[in-house]
Amino acid sequence: MEVVSTAKRSAKKKHISTIRRREVMWCYIFLFPQLVIYLAFTLWPIIASYYFGFFNWNGTGWPTHFIGFQNFVEVLQDSYFWGAFKNSFIYTIGLVVIVVPTSLIVAIILNSPKLKFATFFRSMFFLPVVLTMAIVGIIMKNIFAFEGGFLNEVLLNIGVIQEPINWLGNTAFAMVALILVGVWKGFGIKVIYWLAGLQTLPKDLYEAARVDGAGIVQQFIYITLPLLIPFLVVITFFQTVWAFNVFDLVKTFTNGGPYFGTDVVPLYIYRYAFEIEGGFPRMGFASAAGIIYGFATMIISIILGILVRKFGSTKTT
Amino acid sequence: MNKRMIKIILHLLFLVITLIWVYPLIWTITSSFKTNREMFSGSTSLLPNSANWSDFLPWNWGNVIENMNFSNYVNAWELANFSGYFFNTVVFTVSVVLIVLVLCCMTGYVLGRYTFPGKTVIMAAIVATMFIPAGYTIIPLWQLINALGIGGSMSGLVLAESGGTHVLYILLFAAYFRGLPKELEEAGKMDGAGFMRTFLIIMLPLAKPVIASTFILQFIQTWNSFFIPLVFTIHRPDLRTLGVGMYSFVEDNSADLVGMAAGATISFIPILLVFLFFQRYFVDGVAGAVKG
Repeated sequence: MEVVSTAKRSAKKKHISTIRRREVMWCYIFLFPQLVIYLAFTLWPIIASYYFGFFNWNGTGWPTHFIGFQNFVEVLQDSYFWGAFKNSFIYTIGLVVIVVPTSLIVAIILNSPKLKFATFFRSMFFLPVVLTMAIVGIIMKNIFAFEGGFLNEVLLNIGVIQEPINWLGNTAFAMVALILVGVWKGFGIKVIYWLAGLQTLPKDLYEAARVDGAGIVQQFIYITLPLLIPFLVVITFFQTVWAFNVFDLVKTFTNGGPYFGTDVVPLYIYRYAFEIEGGFPRMGFASAAGIIYGFATMIISIILGILVRKFGSTKTT
Repeated sequence: MNKRMIKIILHLLFLVITLIWVYPLIWTITSSFKTNREMFSGSTSLLPNSANWSDFLPWNWGNVIENMNFSNYVNAWELANFSGYFFNTVVFTVSVVLIVLVLCCMTGYVLGRYTFPGKTVIMAAIVATMFIPAGYTIIPLWQLINALGIGGSMSGLVLAESGGTHVLYILLFAAYFRGLPKELEEAGKMDGAGFMRTFLIIMLPLAKPVIASTFILQFIQTWNSFFIPLVFTIHRPDLRTLGVGMYSFVEDNSADLVGMAAGATISFIPILLVFLFFQRYFVDGVAGAVKG
């Protein structure tokens, strides 16, 4: 009897293991396409983007002229690179400083149970997010135009200014305009992030605070803000990376002008790789600049994350 | 003043703010019905000079067609080739979205629901790509597409855009599939369904919310994509998408403001429709990105 049962059991085990083996096989089949795509379109471009930085290469064929760190040295010594870097930095800081707090305020208003038509208002704030960035840049170029531009006309009509402002002809004004449009375009998505954060807040905590006599402002400072710190970190991080990589908007809105006043690093790199007038593209140089910028972005966003967390935790204690 | 009044005033104030907020879009649409002469003289009105609000009364329908300068749209569509750009964008977007959806739901399903040797490594590799600083990856991508012999073609453009790892979607799918009850597979096995049939008939239909979120997020992203189409259509103007076509249009016709506005409106309409119809899934997907 016992013999029969062990035989049965082992047969069953064998059956299970073939099922299991088949299951594992199917798992790999399901993963295969993604794996190929991952190796070819994610991993390889990252590796190659490092490799190409060490060559003097115009983009045709495979790079052969190895020049060590020359490209990197040249990038770091180029004042135009640093000019573009400074602009990217100003743009990013401008966006983070404006968007992160104001989008929280709008999210709190939208989250209020007293607000009617909240979905409608939310959609309106969200609308710019879904529009094509490149086309937004083109539209804004016309709205901010010097003569006959919509913004100047309105400001003149309501008497805010006496003379039209040459928004895109002056480096400082152009940067302000660029930041304003950047804020407008990405604002709605941060509102959604904050709303997601606000919805995680436990309601009974506010109940208890009210019982203890805490007002709305106190509730905000002692309950809402501390609980939202993780969201603050993530939103700041997203906004930073997003702003650092701005390309479409700058390309179509100001194209880096006037006089490189709004030239950002992604545009700077693009010019070397794809927009060489006469002469050859400098793919190696562009790759080197890309790596330097990639590391700079990473370092800055890490520092920012640490700062935000520190600032947040000191505030709560 | 009672509380009710204050509430109404605050609502009106918020409404005014949101209207100013979306005004650039309204400006685009209204400009598309004007004439270039009006635009250069600095028109700020909602209607073109040639039209009156009374034209919109039901018995004046004939006037609308006459006075609203629809020729801007005809010119953009036919002469400025926005019809071609539109068609390219549709083919491009639909192909990319389909590829991304299929890849991500298969990967997410396996990672979320099964254990197998090498799973942690794969998971880590996928997530790591979010944090590795990448250089200028468009150059190797460009080179790879050319090496595959599909440079300067729509399929090359599609592959360049859809290639890459969509970490967010994979994680969304994995989390969703992980949350489905274990009994589902057992019921499937009872009925003799294999791996593929369990996936297609039982699991996939249940994943509709994530499919919808992924669909709309990727749709909007691809429709609005500019950088990759710009680079990959450099030698093929006929493959340009709406964003790139628009960019080259204003380079050549910087004085044609109403043509620009009509083209912009044409390219915004599909994305606005998709957004309005699938809004809930969109918001869910976006919110999932920050919660995860």
